[in-house]
Amino acid sequence: MTSGGIRRSFTAAAALALASFGSVAMAAPGPWQMNLTRGSSTWSTVPYHLNNVALGVCTVIGVLVFAAMFIAIFRFRKSRGAVAEKWSHNTTVEVVWTTIPVLILITLAYLATGGLATWADTTGSEMTVKVTGYQWKWRYDYVDYQGKAIDKVGFMSKLDLNSEKTRQLGSGMDPYAVKVGEENTYLLDVDKPLVVPVDTKIRFVITSGDVIHSWWVPATGWKIDAIPGIINAAWANFTEPGVYRGQCAELCGQDHGFMPIVVEVKSKEDFASWLAGQEAQPEAANAAAAADAEPEQVAAAPVNDDSQG
Amino acid sequence: MSHAATHDQHDDHHGAPKGFFRRWCMSTNHKDIGTLYLIFSLTMLFVGGAFAMLIRAELFKPGMQLMQPYFFNEMTSMHALVMIFGAIMPAFVGLGNWMIPLMVGAPDMALPRMNNLSFWILPFAFIMMLSTLFLPGGGPAGGWTMYPPLSLQTESLAYAVFAIHLMGISSIMGAINIIATILNMRAPGMDLMKMPVFVWSWLITAFLLIAVMPALAGAVTMLLTDKYFGTNFFNPAGGGDPVLYQHIFWFFGHPEVYIMILPAFGIISEIVPTFARKPIFGYKAMVFAIACIAFLSFIVWAHHMFAVGLPLGAEIFFMYATMLISVPTGVKVFNWVATMWGGSMTFETPMLFAVAFIILFTIGGFSGLMMSLVPADFQYHDTYFIVAHFHYVLVSGALFAIIAAAYYWLPKWTGNMYSEFWGKVHFWNSVIWVNVLFFPQHFLGLAGMPRRIPDYNVAFANFNMISSIGGFLFGATQLIFVGVVIHCAFFSKKKATDRVWEGAKGLEWTVPSPAPHHTFDVPPVINDDELAHGHVND
Repeated sequence: MTSGGIRRSFTAAAALALASFGSVAMAAPGPWQMNLTRGSSTWSTVPYHLNNVALGVCTVIGVLVFAAMFIAIFRFRKSRGAVAEKWSHNTTVEVVWTTIPVLILITLAYLATGGLATWADTTGSEMTVKVTGYQWKWRYDYVDYQGKAIDKVGFMSKLDLNSEKTRQLGSGMDPYAVKVGEENTYLLDVDKPLVVPVDTKIRFVITSGDVIHSWWVPATGWKIDAIPGIINAAWANFTEPGVYRGQCAELCGQDHGFMPIVVEVKSKEDFASWLAGQEAQPEAANAAAAADAEPEQVAAAPVNDDSQG
Repeated sequence: MSHAATHDQHDDHHGAPKGFFRRWCMSTNHKDIGTLYLIFSLTMLFVGGAFAMLIRAELFKPGMQLMQPYFFNEMTSMHALVMIFGAIMPAFVGLGNWMIPLMVGAPDMALPRMNNLSFWILPFAFIMMLSTLFLPGGGPAGGWTMYPPLSLQTESLAYAVFAIHLMGISSIMGAINIIATILNMRAPGMDLMKMPVFVWSWLITAFLLIAVMPALAGAVTMLLTDKYFGTNFFNPAGGGDPVLYQHIFWFFGHPEVYIMILPAFGIISEIVPTFARKPIFGYKAMVFAIACIAFLSFIVWAHHMFAVGLPLGAEIFFMYATMLISVPTGVKVFNWVATMWGGSMTFETPMLFAVAFIILFTIGGFSGLMMSLVPADFQYHDTYFIVAHFHYVLVSGALFAIIAAAYYWLPKWTGNMYSEFWGKVHFWNSVIWVNVLFFPQHFLGLAGMPRRIPDYNVAFANFNMISSIGGFLFGATQLIFVGVVIHCAFFSKKKATDRVWEGAKGLEWTVPSPAPHHTFDVPPVINDDELAHGHVND
């Protein structure tokens, strides 16, 4: 990142202005959440800080402009006997309020450009995952890891059965009852999550098999469209093990709202054993794994899932 | 002299035609056609508003309550199409029709018969588009942007495309008419740099319309041939590119956004000086800022596409160009505030809506600036943050300006004063509920709620319920507006003076209230003191 003293001081100022916006790193959205997640990848703080700085700048400008306006509204009222003045221009102030915004914009552009350049750089990644969007599920294919090609590890990932039943019109089921442990996972859980290692620069290559989708896990700090005929690339390097949830972000038809994304970030050791287990299994068994099932359980009791074409 | 020039208008000195059909369907009168546009757009506001109420009802709480997801998508798509092409744009054309000839001292629009045609296309276009909701397969459900390949799955695509073609033809004819009127029909002495800012804003907007409507027509025609005639413009399997559509669409779509806000800037620039009783601050800067925004609108389209995987250089270019727009926009806001400073202000309903416009549009501008920063937009894109942003600029921006204009000119149109009490009731309810409706949507987007989803995780429940309550009350509030307008037109006992507002300046206030069927048969003698911006020297 092209961080520097400027960014840090701006960030500090913005953080102060935003003290009311509670923002801990969150794996999933929380009730009353009012600001972006800080995310859990090495890059995800870039949009977070940029958001806070820009919001801080806008808030300050807004307070100044609106304060001037309200002072005018209260001081220059006819009912208070104000008599209208005749002047209609002042070159000096016009130059000033054209120049100052330009300077602010240059600062913001500097911060944004640095963050963007690091985002676009997918070199040096240690792992590649291919993501394919379908109406209305995701497919993940593991391409390589630590310089070695991965053979035939890939599976479909779609909305979990509990959410799927609950979300039907007239189901009579309570969305608040869809839980994994204490966490409500209504519409944010899948039958089989994407499993990736922590502290690894992962390159995602993203495309689509039908219409345009968009792969978005807020914890990565970005989303990118999955477009048929085009392969987009982006990277993430998760800093903490955990379960990170996201959703399709591009309208893709009737079940656009029902194709969530779950990324399970494991320690490198756990990931290696998970991957070894996957490589030993045929795909049909892989696909059957429930979202919260451990790989051993899947191996012990494979279930046939007939929805897998 | 003037009679020689308008020889075929043999009814110059008569009133409006007596028969209903002759008066309204065969009209070539700019005031009657303006009225038709305004009534049409008010009707469409309630049609689109009804769709919005259904959307907010479904999103009231988690779980699917009322409709199937596909119907929800039809509602979001049709809500946008109806509001953009049916409510906001025709309202501005109606205001332009009514006021531009009055403001520049012209007897009518330059091309009155085309004026009739450009209005009467619209009801048919919308009947066709709305009829798709009742067809097997349903209406357009791929969003108003109609991105392929999804939009190619729509059964009613041909209806939607043909309706959009008709709306485009109507808009282009309206734009030609406005340009021809402003450039050719101004009264002697009404120099370009003495024109009201509203007229300037429409002149620039009309050029935008002519420039970009054909791009939209081209894009949707390619959709049509891709679906029905085997072409592959956007089909990767045939060598096409789905992203090409987005480039063409947004080359139309971004100027379109300014088509919906520049006339609003013009309206606010008329209302604020009137009620501040002080000339507008920096007239030339205001005009130049509008032209500047219009120019920039052509080179920022890809900021709608930051997440499609553009090359780094393109992301940076479009980010910088987008950020630049905030400079002329800022100048406009500062100048409005400076116009108020040192004035002698009163706060009748038009001024209240204008003040609300300045504040709320600026909030929408701030979120727009935040979205221009590409890394942050990777998070904002296609979330409720975007929904909040464009509703702040379109509802509390464009729509509030239209409502302000309606209150401002209603006495001139009808000859009666509207009820100030009920106007203020309408204003305060509107301004409170529009914020209850849209402000929480910023939080929803930042927390991670994608747009265009019919159902959501319980984490988003609180703000969605608040937003829905605000939505229902904002919708209900607009019924007050209808009541005020009907009362003003038919029942109000309080007659309007010619000047109507103490601080009002400009040619439109020199004609009687209500404005007679024909005005300025003889070009007015221009007295610079009478003009809103007669003494421009900065």
